[in-house]
Amino acid sequence: MVSYIIKRLLEMIPTLFGITLLSFFIIHLAPGKPTDVLTEMNPKITPEARERLEKLYGLDKPIVEQYWVWLKRIVYLDFGVSFSTDRRPVIEKIWDTKQPFMERRLFITFMINVLSMFVIFLVAIPIGVSSATHQYSLYDKITTTFVFVGFATPAFWLALLLMIFFGIYLDWLPISGLKSMDYESLSLFGKSWDRTRHLILPVFVSAFGGLAGLSRFMRSSMLEVIRQDYVTVARAKGIYESSVIYKHAFRNALLPIITLLGLSIPGLIGGSVIFENIFSIPGMGQLFYMSVMMRDYPLVMGILTIGAILTLLGNLLADIGYMVTDPRIRAQ
Amino acid sequence: MGNYSPTKIFWQRFKHNKLAVGGAFIVLCLFIVAFLAPFLSPYNPNEIDRKQILESPSIEHPLGTDELGRDLLSRMISGARISLLVGFVAVGIATIIGMILGAFSGYYGGWPERIIMRFIDIMLSIPTFFLILAVIAFIGPSIWNIMIVIGVTSWMGVARLVRAEFLSIKEREYVLAAKAMGASDLRIIFRHIMINSLAPVLVSAVLGVASAVLVESALSFLGIGVQPPTPSWGNILTSGKDNIEIAWWLSVFPGLAILITVLGYNLLGEGIRDAVDPRLWDAEKK
Repeated sequence: MVSYIIKRLLEMIPTLFGITLLSFFIIHLAPGKPTDVLTEMNPKITPEARERLEKLYGLDKPIVEQYWVWLKRIVYLDFGVSFSTDRRPVIEKIWDTKQPFMERRLFITFMINVLSMFVIFLVAIPIGVSSATHQYSLYDKITTTFVFVGFATPAFWLALLLMIFFGIYLDWLPISGLKSMDYESLSLFGKSWDRTRHLILPVFVSAFGGLAGLSRFMRSSMLEVIRQDYVTVARAKGIYESSVIYKHAFRNALLPIITLLGLSIPGLIGGSVIFENIFSIPGMGQLFYMSVMMRDYPLVMGILTIGAILTLLGNLLADIGYMVTDPRIRAQ
Repeated sequence: MGNYSPTKIFWQRFKHNKLAVGGAFIVLCLFIVAFLAPFLSPYNPNEIDRKQILESPSIEHPLGTDELGRDLLSRMISGARISLLVGFVAVGIATIIGMILGAFSGYYGGWPERIIMRFIDIMLSIPTFFLILAVIAFIGPSIWNIMIVIGVTSWMGVARLVRAEFLSIKEREYVLAAKAMGASDLRIIFRHIMINSLAPVLVSAVLGVASAVLVESALSFLGIGVQPPTPSWGNILTSGKDNIEIAWWLSVFPGLAILITVLGYNLLGEGIRDAVDPRLWDAEKK
């Protein structure tokens, strides 16, 4: 087991190298330069000043050399310094150690994604299992319709609708940020209640798309398993139906679901740009959007790399989960 | 099924699937709206009317007006063209890249296959939406750039699919027979193998249109997709967000259009999949 994990971690290195190489070249070879943004804002900037700036950023060197410099620093987890006027290190923008834990951008995005994944699994698995055991019933038809509609719903539109209904029409939930203006004056209980209220809509929105997909997948996986001979045998032995479903069928149907966990991570991370933008949440997605607009290359590269690392780790976790639950794979 | 040809069997099965027919109907309607847009829209979609700013739906303006007094229905009809164009061109690009790389790696194998597969792993591990966002923001948002960038970042599924088909088909007797008769590689690839692996590619292409429409609308919503004044369902939603407290119609209707469109492509795609899947043929006869 341990040797397997080490082997997989080592295999991640060339993939990660490929990802950074590809991203770095795409980003740096795209037409236009980061200094263009500054010139746009201040038309008086002289060509000499631009050249000085390019030298400062290291953009005057050949691109292969720039990548080499970047790569050498990455080994020490140094993502370079942001191009923005505050010149702070990239890592500090993503993981600001001066801020409390809960306020750091990477943590905020990570927490919302983990919560929404939790919601997805908690809701989708029972829906999938029960619509499979009641195939072709009215309940199955309703959930199937929900799944198709859910699959087609743009997340940002759902967010707008929920904001209109719960935020403006009913005025039950806050529609932007992660805490209220009077947060500091609240009691400990009031503080956690305030945070929870702010998280409800973003977590629901980011979970919604995955919910539809996963419950569909769970249903078909379950349908496949209950047709197997060993389930028929279990029934023939006279075991209670509930025990047939949950002990014999469910555990086996769950196996393919675990791989989905890993595969859904890039989508969740990508989606964070959209919902953090809508709900004004100070996370990685919002930071990425700002860095792209300012052509802040080191910050863009830093966030892309961290996103890729999280994706690869998610895949690894899914495979480990697969091994833990499936003795056939463990034996190999 | 008697002496029916595969095409006939396909139509028979497709016709009986109500959801699939519904999906085909939605897609057909979308085509009609997009092609007849100038005749269908009651107003010029870009005509500004300062006296009719943010009017709620009425007989005069069935879906209301936006913050510049433009007719929402006309703008949405015009947006249907954008959505159709982006969906089909982006998927066309992705499908061509995927088929070429998939066929090449499946047929020849060896080190080119290993490199292509590794490349696919890499592409799948990058949060694609981040990359699309960055590239389009850098090269400048235009409708052509969006279609190209969505296309070159979404071919991986097709490539894997085509490769798997090639691996299984290239060992069949008829392919070996063609080889023994001295057919060229290109002839075998296109004439004998590719033609027999088109069904799953078609399914994934139709489903791909749905996700391309979603990505385009998300980009336009974030302000780096189709640029105003050209209307797209995504960028109308941006003004819906800006006027969220006073004009619900700007948020509700364009989103509904996206939902129905994506639903249509998804139902159509799944319908085609069910109709071409021989494993399901027997199941239905019982």
